[in-house]
Amino acid sequence: MSDVAVREGVERASRLGGAADVGGALRRFTERALDEDLVDVAYAATDSPLGELLLAVTAQGVVRVAYIDENMGRDEVLEDLARRVSPRVLEAPNRLDEARRQLEDYFSGRRPAFDLSVDLSLVTPFTDRVLTRTAAIPPGQVLTYGEVAAEIGHQRAARAVGNALGSNPIPIVVPCHRVVRSGGGLGGYTGGTHRKEHLLGLERGDAARR
Amino acid sequence: MALPPFQTFLDRHAAELLRFLVATIGREEAEDCFQETCLAALRAYPALAPDSNVRAWAFTIARSKAIDAQRARARRPVPVPESPDRPTFDALDDSGAWGPLAALPPKQRAAVFLRVAAELSHHEVARVLDCSEEAARRSAHEGLKRLREELA
Repeated sequence: MSDVAVREGVERASRLGGAADVGGALRRFTERALDEDLVDVAYAATDSPLGELLLAVTAQGVVRVAYIDENMGRDEVLEDLARRVSPRVLEAPNRLDEARRQLEDYFSGRRPAFDLSVDLSLVTPFTDRVLTRTAAIPPGQVLTYGEVAAEIGHQRAARAVGNALGSNPIPIVVPCHRVVRSGGGLGGYTGGTHRKEHLLGLERGDAARR
Repeated sequence: MALPPFQTFLDRHAAELLRFLVATIGREEAEDCFQETCLAALRAYPALAPDSNVRAWAFTIARSKAIDAQRARARRPVPVPESPDRPTFDALDDSGAWGPLAALPPKQRAAVFLRVAAELSHHEVARVLDCSEEAARRSAHEGLKRLREELA
């Protein structure tokens, strides 16, 4: 009898009943891993008017919001989290339910601001200060890079503030889009200026008037 | 070089780990064993050297969980079978399972799966089964020989 038949037999013996069973087993595993606090970073992808977003949380709070597009792939974001936070990274959509719900409400205009704890352990102390100040800008308002710099006690550090905002790991939730150029220009944005424009428009109520 | 996210590890290896467990301890106990395997892997994962043989490492954990399950089963009181000639190994009477593989001794069964389905090297099989390469080679050889006879 040929080895092909042996191989087929082995393959058949190891089949549980299709791919669905692996999926179910994995979902139950993820629940147990969460219960036992073995997941350091839980993530999920979600759709938004600005395209696909990848959301990640730690025990401290939201650690990453990433725009997934041709410039930034999902794998790249996850590998970065594995390297910089912990390799115990698992897809666990249930853990992201609250964040996803708030984002949905925000994009539909039902919620102006977020009530989510954030984990800024990925950023430098300077960026932490910039982002913490930025997080306090109310929806619908903007500050200039220079104003943020001045408020954290670094008068001349407008450029450094711009760089810090550019490295914001939690855009949208930490509203770095509310910091603009002093001459009336939009300034840069981690997801591209079209997204910054969209977010500022949303917060001005453009969507409601549309 | 860094460890990939654990989710990537699962995406790559979960299906074959589950299949290995189904083939070695039967589908009834495979899922529980799979959970234990993945939990143990997740616990140990951050300490794994990024350049290690992740696949052999994962099968080694699964193998040890399968042995735990076999021992636990051996300790349980054996229920009186309804029909005495009904085989005790559950893969035998499950649709889609393959009797001859289930009839092999556990080590040969594991060796055959790892060689034939997972296509590990003898060296890797030896590592997973925690035996010499020679012994791994022999287990796979004996197991395959019996399967071929069974099919002949």
